[in-house]
Amino acid sequence: MAATGAPDAAPAVHRSATLRTGTTAGVLVLALALALTLAVSLGAVDVPPGEVWSVVTRHLTGRPPEPGTRDLIVWQLRAPRALLAAVVGAGLGLVGTAVQALVRNPLADPYLLGISSGATLGAVAVTVLGTAAGGGLGLGLSGAAFAGALTAFALVWTIARRGGGFAPLRLVLAGIGIGQFLAGFTSFLVLQAGDEQRTRGVLFWLMGSLGGTTWSQLALPAAAVLLGAVHLQARARALNALAVGDETATGLGVDVARLRRELFTVTSLLTGVMVAVSGAIGFVGLLVPHVCRLLVGGDHRRLLPLAALTGAVLLTAVDTLARTALATQEVPIGVVTALLGAPVLLYLLDRRPEHR
Amino acid sequence: MRIDIEDLTVRLAGREVLTGARLVAAEGETVGLVGPNGSGKSTLLRTVYRHLRPHAGRVLLAGRDLRSLGASEAARQVAALPQERGAEADFTVREMVALGRTPYQRAFAGESAADRELVAAAIAEVGLQGQEHRGFASLSGGERQRALLARAFAQQPEVLVLDEPTNHLDVQHQIDLLALLRARRRTTLISLHDLNAAASLCDRLHVLHHGAVVASGPPREVLTTELLAEVFGVRAAVVEHPLTGDPLIAFDHRGRTGR
Repeated sequence: MAATGAPDAAPAVHRSATLRTGTTAGVLVLALALALTLAVSLGAVDVPPGEVWSVVTRHLTGRPPEPGTRDLIVWQLRAPRALLAAVVGAGLGLVGTAVQALVRNPLADPYLLGISSGATLGAVAVTVLGTAAGGGLGLGLSGAAFAGALTAFALVWTIARRGGGFAPLRLVLAGIGIGQFLAGFTSFLVLQAGDEQRTRGVLFWLMGSLGGTTWSQLALPAAAVLLGAVHLQARARALNALAVGDETATGLGVDVARLRRELFTVTSLLTGVMVAVSGAIGFVGLLVPHVCRLLVGGDHRRLLPLAALTGAVLLTAVDTLARTALATQEVPIGVVTALLGAPVLLYLLDRRPEHR
Repeated sequence: MRIDIEDLTVRLAGREVLTGARLVAAEGETVGLVGPNGSGKSTLLRTVYRHLRPHAGRVLLAGRDLRSLGASEAARQVAALPQERGAEADFTVREMVALGRTPYQRAFAGESAADRELVAAAIAEVGLQGQEHRGFASLSGGERQRALLARAFAQQPEVLVLDEPTNHLDVQHQIDLLALLRARRRTTLISLHDLNAAASLCDRLHVLHHGAVVASGPPREVLTTELLAEVFGVRAAVVEHPLTGDPLIAFDHRGRTGR
């Protein structure tokens, strides 16, 4: 029963554990400010960072903007897009963390449960079949995507709830099954399109894009991510208990079936909103929780806010890269996240301590 | 706190796993559940920590129906050490033990000074002080079980429910773990495969067979040659332990009963 290991190292470890969360959060907040500044500063026309902030300050303090293209570029074109990147990144980090806890599987990401396939089908249906498909309902691309996400959610819910309480494996299999089924429809529609321009547009959307973001498009996702963040943070302790196991969580007073219903609903709605505004941006939701767990451990009270911050920084930076890497055209953001994210994930897995 | 289990019936996937089980654990008693694999021990314990819902019958805590309590309130009365070990979770020892405070904490609230004290005391009680910041996953099997027991202690329960807590532990760690329970002396419901350990630890044993309690009483009265043959299908002599005086079951590992 003697204490083994390195008892003299323990106090130092303790200090660094609490210090590390604060430091990491501080660094991430600074990084986010930097990433947002650069995102607005860089582009076909570079605007110096100082000028970016003076334009932003003018608008925030209600002073009349300086007339000119710089104000237009900073405030109308780039700022909403940079903020949407941060919002979607934060949302993906949060949802990824929550879904991994929900199905107790580190391979899970926001798209595992079939929601994005539904959104994609909705978006593709409107694009390919024309506004006739969604127009009758008054749905634009985003509206159709969200409606598709809700449809997928309803299907997965109906199947996963049978047999008692959204068991992780059942949820995953239902999500994959429905996802594949809907993806089949999507492929069929894309092939039916015939019009090359439209097909190209659909493919571009599928790989994720934040292009053409306006201020009015920012409000809904921002509100959704904020509400989702608060809700998940309130469930952080329950998520910790759930991470150990269903029986343990029940024994600690967590209503596991209800928690799973809530988590599935919240993560699905958030995913639906995000896919609707930005397409399916891969890898962020998978990668960010892993990075954050390596930094601060598995306690969701720390993990969730850090995942949101990390996701925000990451996606803001990646979108800037996607926008500026090629002079001739924008690279879909999902392409960049996959090309950068996959190697990082493999590197992290390689570094993971053996016992885990 | 006293537990009364009254005519508990549980069906799983259409099969009746417990059929009207009745048992009692008096205040402060350590009560052992023994029985062959599939006899319903885990099912009964899972019903007590509310993982399973009974189809009929009740679990009474000091006379109150367990199902009438809220989830958190029940968790403040009953702490469980299920068979799942949580080795996948990325927690430190301290974080794992601190989970025991979950039923006392409100959303968004941090740890109170009392929480911290209780967690530290629980860690010390199981002898893991100095190990607080090691990864739970990096612990040995015996250390993990002690950390999980500390989590249950930090929960400040009136009743402890333990499902095969000594499984997969070597003899020394089994004895260490049971010594921690002996020192605790709270109402405890424990399932054990090791009949000698059960005979030594428990004030009272309940023998489960095909989902029903077939014998109850002090170990000395329950563990008879006839019962071991009837329920467990083994030939054994029950003698007195030369060191402790507890009943000692000496199995005949060469053959079965002629039943």
